[in-house]
Amino acid sequence: MDWLNALIQGILLGGLYALFAAGLSLIFGVMRLVNIAHGDLIVLAAYMGLTTTIVLGVHPFVAMLLVIPAMALFGYVLQRGILNQTLGDDLLPPLLVTFGLSVIIQNALLEVYTADPQKMDAGALETASVSVGGLSLGILPLMTFGIAVVIIAGLQFIFYRTALGRAFRAVSDNQDIAQLMGLNRRHVFGLAMALALAVTAIAGILLGIRTSFDPSIGGGRLIFGFEAVIIGGLGNLWGTLAGGVILGAAQTLGAKIDPGWQLLAGHIVFLFILAIRPNGLFPRISG
Amino acid sequence: MSAEAEMILQLENVQKAFGAVVVADALSYEVQKGEALGVIGPNGAGKTSMFNLITGTLRPDSGRVLYDGNDVTQQSAARRSQSGMARSFQVPQPFSGMTVFENAMVAATQSAGLRGRSAEETCLEVIEQTELMSKANTLAGKLTLLDRKRLELTRALCARPQLLLLDEIAGGLTEAECAALVKTIKNIHASGVSIIWIEHVVHALLAVVDRLIVIDFGKKIAEGEPHAIMQTPEVQEIYLGIEVDA
Repeated sequence: MDWLNALIQGILLGGLYALFAAGLSLIFGVMRLVNIAHGDLIVLAAYMGLTTTIVLGVHPFVAMLLVIPAMALFGYVLQRGILNQTLGDDLLPPLLVTFGLSVIIQNALLEVYTADPQKMDAGALETASVSVGGLSLGILPLMTFGIAVVIIAGLQFIFYRTALGRAFRAVSDNQDIAQLMGLNRRHVFGLAMALALAVTAIAGILLGIRTSFDPSIGGGRLIFGFEAVIIGGLGNLWGTLAGGVILGAAQTLGAKIDPGWQLLAGHIVFLFILAIRPNGLFPRISG
Repeated sequence: MSAEAEMILQLENVQKAFGAVVVADALSYEVQKGEALGVIGPNGAGKTSMFNLITGTLRPDSGRVLYDGNDVTQQSAARRSQSGMARSFQVPQPFSGMTVFENAMVAATQSAGLRGRSAEETCLEVIEQTELMSKANTLAGKLTLLDRKRLELTRALCARPQLLLLDEIAGGLTEAECAALVKTIKNIHASGVSIIWIEHVVHALLAVVDRLIVIDFGKKIAEGEPHAIMQTPEVQEIYLGIEVDA
């Protein structure tokens, strides 16, 4: 029963990892941009949530209503103002610039919030649980997983059923031709980053409710996000959810063996999958 | 009404060079509204570059491009597309990861600015017209050459163009396919769309166009009534080589 419990906790944790990964996956899918600052953007969103809850005295879920649009706007401006200029045939400039952005965000957060760990207070929700067949499941992890499923389904719908999604896919497929079809690539990329950071805002706040955070943890979240994307296969959002679940389950089962094995077990499973399926489990696009 | 308002497109002394290679040399001509203009010239004469200059993919070094009476020389390709310019490519370039219908929808929504049902209906009408209905849900990357050419035309037409630029769309087709394509293009022309058509398949071109220009080394070397132009020594020289003096 203990093992089953750990497995289920891991699966639910996977929902959070999938949310870390979804924004990363979206950005890479649309504009082939590897965003090294993604983890720090998650942490930034958590701090924005923290500030909102403290200043306005509202619940973290209410804070989302402010943080989501704020992060989306930040994403659009960031893309139009800086990142668009780095995109081209060479993959290196965006890597370097987002790496720099990562350092800047970390240090700015350190300056404003200090290195003390912080946590958002979600009240009774944090400890509430339901009992299912002898297992005690936390409401918050269940909600997190539910939100992840809804967000992935929503992104999937946007990508394959709306004009915006066709714009994303057309630009991703052939930028030059898309321009000739009346699509302004810079604007479309801005919208993609806005959407990605809106998802990141949700991920950041859920992270901040679940655990304590400080300005230095972005790197770790970035790695989890990357691993989820790559396990699932590039360009497949449902695959990303599966990747998050596999990673989350591996970590909690690893921790069950020995608490020191938590992170290592996740990385080992990631390496193992990469070795047998270099394109991930459910790849949709090549390269 | 001024004479300018009658023109869908005017090129004024357009100049463009890549290093020593001149692709447009003081190029000037006009296309009237509703006119079909044919463009011929040897390979490498700058015909496709001329399309790039018109659509905004390339900016001229000097000179002006006027579209529907407005100077669009500094406008983006996206902007020009939205105001009614559409082109097909010599080498088809579909969005290969999207279906034929989705490719059409991109043009209809982004370029023509249609929404919802009217976008879908326009796309289906055009797909019917270009005979791709049976492949509407096929990924564009999986189409044959003929179907890719049809998709080029489909996408251009879904943009509801006022000015349609066709780049060697008849190349590589069989006689029967070519005849069907000529019929389609005639219908498009008859519906009032202005056309500029670059083509090496001269008989297809002559069946449609009202006027012909000849380009060589980025320069316009002849212009006029199509059949007369084909008889001029310059064109004969380009297409058949220099006659040996008897």
